[in-house]
Amino acid sequence: METMITVQHLSKSFGTHEVLKDINFSVKKGEVVSIIGSSGSGKSTLLRCINLLEKPTGGEIIYKGENILDDKHNVNQYRTKLGMVFQQFNLFNNHDVLNNCMVGQVKVLKRSKEEAQKLAMKYLKVVGMDQYIHAKPKHLSGGQKQRVAIARALCMEPDVMLFDEPTSALDPEMVGEVLKVMKELAESGLTMLVVTHEMEFAREVSDRVVFMDKGVIAEEGIPEQIFNHPTQERTREFLKRTLKQNI
Amino acid sequence: MSFDWIIKIFTENWPMFIRGAGITLLIALIGTIIGAMIGLIIGVIRTIPIPEKGMKRALLKFINAILSIYIEIFRGTPMIVQAMVIYYGMAIAFGIDMDRLLAAFFIVSINTGAYMSEIVRGGILSIDKGQFEAAHAIGMNHLQTMTNVVLPQVLRNILPATGNEFVINIKDTSVLNVISVSELFFATKSIAGNNFKYFESFFIASVIYLIMTFTVTRILRYLERKLEGPENYNLAGNQMQVDTPKIPSNH
Ligand SMILES: Nc1ncnc2c1ncn2[C@@H]1O[C@H](COP(=O)(O)OP(=O)(O)OP(=O)(O)O)[C@@H](O)[C@H]1O
Ligand SMILES: [Mg+2]
Repeated sequence: METMITVQHLSKSFGTHEVLKDINFSVKKGEVVSIIGSSGSGKSTLLRCINLLEKPTGGEIIYKGENILDDKHNVNQYRTKLGMVFQQFNLFNNHDVLNNCMVGQVKVLKRSKEEAQKLAMKYLKVVGMDQYIHAKPKHLSGGQKQRVAIARALCMEPDVMLFDEPTSALDPEMVGEVLKVMKELAESGLTMLVVTHEMEFAREVSDRVVFMDKGVIAEEGIPEQIFNHPTQERTREFLKRTLKQNI
Repeated sequence: MSFDWIIKIFTENWPMFIRGAGITLLIALIGTIIGAMIGLIIGVIRTIPIPEKGMKRALLKFINAILSIYIEIFRGTPMIVQAMVIYYGMAIAFGIDMDRLLAAFFIVSINTGAYMSEIVRGGILSIDKGQFEAAHAIGMNHLQTMTNVVLPQVLRNILPATGNEFVINIKDTSVLNVISVSELFFATKSIAGNNFKYFESFFIASVIYLIMTFTVTRILRYLERKLEGPENYNLAGNQMQVDTPKIPSNH
């Protein structure tokens, strides 16, 4: 299978604080990879480095065979290939639901308004928000906002979707609706990289699980291995702690 | 008695008062609009992320330094002095006798621009970081992020401050009488110079100033409320899914 993104020897420091150390991993086309790990282990930073919201301190990020950290690489064009879903939704407050899904298509991808609207409606339907096209973000619940945010990212028709704890800011009763959408997307063959605290989602939906601890990848493997036969002591520790909390 | 004099002076000189008030409003309005545009442009420039190296870094640093100097100078000196220096300075430097009204527009605009730059910059900094990140994440560059996402929100937030600048300008254009712009203060001074009724003439002027600032303040309040937008929205009915909804034409 074709490799979408390869991260090699990636490191990131904020000042003297080394947050990511020698990260190596890759995501193949159609793969769903979950990143788990305790708070502060660098999961968000890794995701943000991948779409260059943070500038890595060292290493390489290879996308379709090209090192996107090269100065000559067009950052904005690369970013259109990655859909990002934030913990805090970050819908554009000045646009209604439909425009949130159209503005990137029209302004960045230079699609016509007709085409952009057609795609917006298509993906809003996928996330079940097509009835809310005229609502402003402030009128929506957290779960609804996150579903629109997912549609907004899908509208750019990215090669890879990045999710940074998409359900962590949601009230418990809204987590399900967002996870359901993500599960459907995963089943449709979308390439997804998901930072999550939802262990059930990681176990059932992902093809591979990456466990991060203190800025390094401590262990990675298929869900069956990570959850049932972890080889590392710290993986076992982490799972024991989180799964206990979830009961 | 004073009151009779006030009536008499107004009935005899009302065209001059009204003309002066009109010019005051015109200068304040144009100065505020152009000043706001200067502020927006400078605000956008000053928030361009500075690259770590290269020519672009040097250029941006240089431009930012120039802009800071501009802002410091115009905020740090009285407009009455700016008016004198610019008006007579132009005459000496280029031998041009600026049209007084044009000079007035120019002075008020760049003075307001200096204040508005700071207001806009504060407005941009107050927008949630997530808005920028979301815009960057779908591939928008700085300018696209600003025009499509950030500035529309900033404009709404800074409307009260901009209105305040407008009201200040209505009052402060009076200093332009030092370069003989025929705004309300200058007109009143001429009227009083003819009839020697300084108190009565300037009393009329103060009432006119008050009416202008009060009216403008009310209009701005109304606009602010309008911009808050509707509290409700309508669900698109099922038929809307077949029948494509209207494309918004606001950009
Ligand atoms: N902009 C920043 N400046 C300085 N330090 C930062 C910055 N962003 C993150 N950090 C630090 O980097 C470390 C990793 O943060 P990160 O947000 O990647 O963790 P995380 O695994 O996503 O945690 P969580 O599960 O709480 O979201 C933390 O110690 C954090 O304090
Ligand atoms: Mg995080």
